[in-house]
Parts: sequence; C-alpha cells; structure tokens
Amino acid sequence: MKKIFKRSKSTQDVATHYCAGCGHGIIHRLVAEIIDEFKIREKIIAIAPVGCAVLAYDYWNFDTTEAAHGRCPAVATAIKRLRPENIVFTYQGDGDLASIGIAETIHAANRGENITIVFVNNGVYGMTGGQMAPTTLIGQKTATTASGRNALTDGNPMKMLEMLAVLNGVKYLERVSVHSPQHVLKTKQAIRKAFKNQIDNKGFSMVEVLSMCPTYTSRSIESSIKWIEDRVLKDYPLGIVKDES
Amino acid sequence: MNQKPKTENRKPKKHLMTGNEAIGEGAVRAGCDLYAGYPITPQNELTAFMSRRMHEKKRVFIQSESEIAAISMVFGASLTGKRAMTSSSSPGISLKQEGISYLAGCRLPGVIVNVMRGGPGLGNISPSQADYFQATKGGGHGDYHMIVLAPSTAEEAMSLTMLAFDLADSYRCPAMILTDGMLGQMMEPVEISKFKFKNSSSISKKWALTGAKGRKPQSIKSLYLKPGGLERHNINLQATYAEIKKREVKYESLYCNNAELIVVAYGSVSRIVCAAVKSLKSTGKHVGMLRPISLWPFPEKVLKKYANKTKRFLVIEMSAGQMVEDVRLAVEGGAKVDFYGRTGGGIPTQKEVEGKISRCLR
Repeated sequence: MKKIFKRSKSTQDVATHYCAGCGHGIIHRLVAEIIDEFKIREKIIAIAPVGCAVLAYDYWNFDTTEAAHGRCPAVATAIKRLRPENIVFTYQGDGDLASIGIAETIHAANRGENITIVFVNNGVYGMTGGQMAPTTLIGQKTATTASGRNALTDGNPMKMLEMLAVLNGVKYLERVSVHSPQHVLKTKQAIRKAFKNQIDNKGFSMVEVLSMCPTYTSRSIESSIKWIEDRVLKDYPLGIVKDES
Repeated sequence: MNQKPKTENRKPKKHLMTGNEAIGEGAVRAGCDLYAGYPITPQNELTAFMSRRMHEKKRVFIQSESEIAAISMVFGASLTGKRAMTSSSSPGISLKQEGISYLAGCRLPGVIVNVMRGGPGLGNISPSQADYFQATKGGGHGDYHMIVLAPSTAEEAMSLTMLAFDLADSYRCPAMILTDGMLGQMMEPVEISKFKFKNSSSISKKWALTGAKGRKPQSIKSLYLKPGGLERHNINLQATYAEIKKREVKYESLYCNNAELIVVAYGSVSRIVCAAVKSLKSTGKHVGMLRPISLWPFPEKVLKKYANKTKRFLVIEMSAGQMVEDVRLAVEGGAKVDFYGRTGGGIPTQKEVEGKISRCLR
C-alpha cells in the first residue's frame, strides 16, 4: 500500500497540548512542511513567543529558543545579523506581536531585517484565559471585555499588516486563514513565500494567519470556524497587503 | 644613522581615553561580536565609540529601538554562541532587567554595562552608586545572580570588561560592569598594549544554536513546566553561583593589617578614599582601605578575617547606604560598621572623607 501522508521530518512524534479545534497544530505543521520542502531543517533557528505557542519547540525538530514576551523580532535580528547563513523565523501570537512586542515588531520591520514572521491572530490571549487581545473584534466578549469590546474604552482591532505596509523595509505581507482546507492550502503558499524571500535575501516578510480559538471564544469548533468566516474576515480581509519581493 | 630607535627602549604608548571608551575598547579586544545600545547620558560616548569601532572591525552594531530590544539582541547573539554587550545608565538598566533575568534563566553569557547616574526615577545625570542593590541582589525576577565588576580607573575598566566576557562565557551567566558617570566621562591614560586579545573560541559552546546539522536539535529556554523541573534548574544555577563565589572574588587592600579602622569603598569614590587614607597614614593614623573589585561575588571572607583584628569599619558610597549592608553581613557583628554617603550626584571630597575617618578614629 502506498503511504500518502506521513509525519513531517521537521516535527517530533509527540502528543499535542493544544485544545481541540485550535489552529496552532495546523500552522506548526505547515511551517514544518515548508521547511522540509526547502530542505532547510538543519539551518533553522526558530523563536517561540510567550503565549500558547511557547511550547512550539516541543513539536518542532530543529533548533529553537523562546524570547521574553514580545521580544522575538529583536532576538531574531541579532541571530540573523550574526548568522546570515541560518534561516531565522519567529512564531508569534497577537498579544506577543501586536501588544507587548509592537515596538520590536515595527522596528525589526523598519530595519528591513531579513527574517520571516509567522503571526497567528486568533483574537484573544489564549494561554492566560481568553483576555482581550489587540485584535479582538468590536463587541467580542472576552475575560476582560465582559460586555464586549467597546471602541471608546478599549480601542479598535489593530491591523498590523496595514500598519507595517507603509514601511520601506518591509517586503512581503499577506493575511491568510486556516479555517477551511482551501484556506489552509493558501496559508501554506504564503508561508512558502515568506521563507523563500529570506532564502533569496529579499528582506522582511510576515504572514498573518487567522486562526481558531474555540476554548476562549466560548464556541464549539464548528462555530469558531463560522466566526472567522462571518465576522473576522470582515475586519481582517484576506490577501496580499504588500509584495515587493 | 637613520635607524629607528629600538622599540623596547620606548616607553609603552598610552592613550587618553574616557572610561566609557576604555570599556568599549575592552569589549572590542575581548572579541565582542555584537553591541546593541540606546542613547542615555552619561554613557553616550560608549555607544558612539562602539558605532565606529564595531564598523571598523566588521562586527555588528545596532542602535536599538529601546533598552529592552538591546538586551534582547544580546540574548539573541549570545544564544548563537557569539559574544555580545549592551550598555546603559540607571533608568535604562531598569528596563534591561527583563532580559537579564532571561539570560540568567537560559544560562546565557552576556555583558551589561551600567554607567550609573542619580536616581530614583529620572534622577539626574550626575555620578552615583545607587544601583548597587539592583546589580548585586538580582535586579530582575527570580533567584539569580550576575557577576558584577566595579572598575576604579579607565585602564581597569578596560581590563575588567575583557574579564567580564571571559567569566560570563566560563560560567554561562550575565556579567555586569558597574561604574558611574564620573569614571565613564573622565579621561585618563590607558596603556592598551598591556591587554592581549583573548580568543573567545577557546571556550567551548556546544549548547549554542547554529542549526541542527549533524546533531540533534537544541533548545535554549527558561520555561520549566514539568513538576520538579524548575527546582532542579534552580539548584543547578545555585551550584554555579557557589562556584563563582569560591573562585572569582576580587578586591584590593591597602594598609589593612593592624589597621584601627578599615574604610571600604568601590569604584570612582574609592580613589577619593584612597587619597584620604594615604594622607592620614602619612600623619601616623592606623587606617586601611579595602576596595571590592567584584561586588558580586562580594569579598565577604576577607572582611570577616580583618574583622577579627580591626573592630571598626567605615563604608563610603555615593548612595544612601547599600554596600554597607553587605559589609555588615560579612563582619557578622564582629566589628562596628559606620557609613558615610552622598546621593543625587553629590561626590564626597577628600577633606570630607578625612574628616569622617578622623571622627571615627576618635
């Protein structure tokens, strides 16, 4: 019998700690598949964030570290400057990248660091119990927006790609989603491009991946998928935001 | 007739440098691969110096977006096995505490320079020694220490910076050069040729992340979620700190044997104290001086030893009294420990110090 689906070489044979319906497993797998595809596993230095994905190194089969909360792009900057022969990527959630680490994100982008960022936007702080993230939608109930996010007191959902697009150092920005198989395939293409750009020394590339958090959006897996389709995509339209690669 | 004079007959060449520049040159000579810094007075000469020298050496200089980013860059550089340094002054060092704790937790080397200024808060830009507690007691969160070295001259600033890189690599922990705006900005002759470049590659760094080629993947992290894991990690860290305390204590003593009073001071203020002690010694007063060079590990054993004979100590600092607590702990009640300090940029004069010593001797 022919084997048509197997474990990626860039992942380890371990059980997942992620909740049922969480998108991280899919995105971890896509990153691993692209790394296998480019045969760069032995060159990778990956930086995990603080948040649910801090344990990414338990799943991946290449060199990994974990930065202080939000500091991944600064850590990646130093690694890539000193070891340009390695492929350096950060994997960050919305709290890590768009809130506490926003300065590190913007400045690494502005310096045009030749790194790849996989930015997972699930609209909440998952690890700490579902608090409001910078990307939480208006009206969305979270642990810290009991009556829904109110723009007047909580601000509006932040659009990191659109903010970064104006910076000259930025070469590639695309927003994708993993809420359906079709979108998963598109996400893989975007991640492929973000790594290819680094391999070709093109410069700063970031992929924002919309992802499900059924646990902290108080929804079933099915309705968390529908939530992305019906609501999230309205505020966070998919597609290329910038491509100068 | 046109022969050049033989070099051995020439006096060694001295360079006039600020303490800040001497630290920078020390870092360059120690093989610092990456420097990241953010502007703050009174350490700006160091950042500017590194911008020029690192470029000349084709190494990495980054003016970071913040102090936090700078220490995170040191973290990133260090985890690849390269040597890295950041520098700042007091308020900036407060911001770096997050990264210093992560360096300690991840067992990563790295050199941090604090050219202290007056605090708390924004304070002022005058010399101060008010960050002793922060430097020697941890500073950031968690049970950790870093090696803290306090130079008293520009030349010593250079040699201790080089030593800081070696010690940080040897023990896999952060090391700090603790100095102040007076030493940082004062110009002094430095005999650079005295210091030999040390090859950083002589210290094995098998733990470094370089890509999992020909070996299993490695991970550098400070998160230990499994029960008992973090305690075991902490026990290992403490074992390293015990080793450092055993081996790396550094101090200088002057007239301490049979002294009636020993004055304890470090850094730039120790030079004023030294002048006062020498002056009083010449008038027949039995006064000595002990200058801790390593503030952590603290020279507690030697203080305890002197406290067997000398029953009176005087600690002089440019703070409201920080190192004095360590001196009191060291002598364990075996001697009376007095304190004299100036804060907020006040610098004690030699006359002030002599007056204080004389009153203590009375």
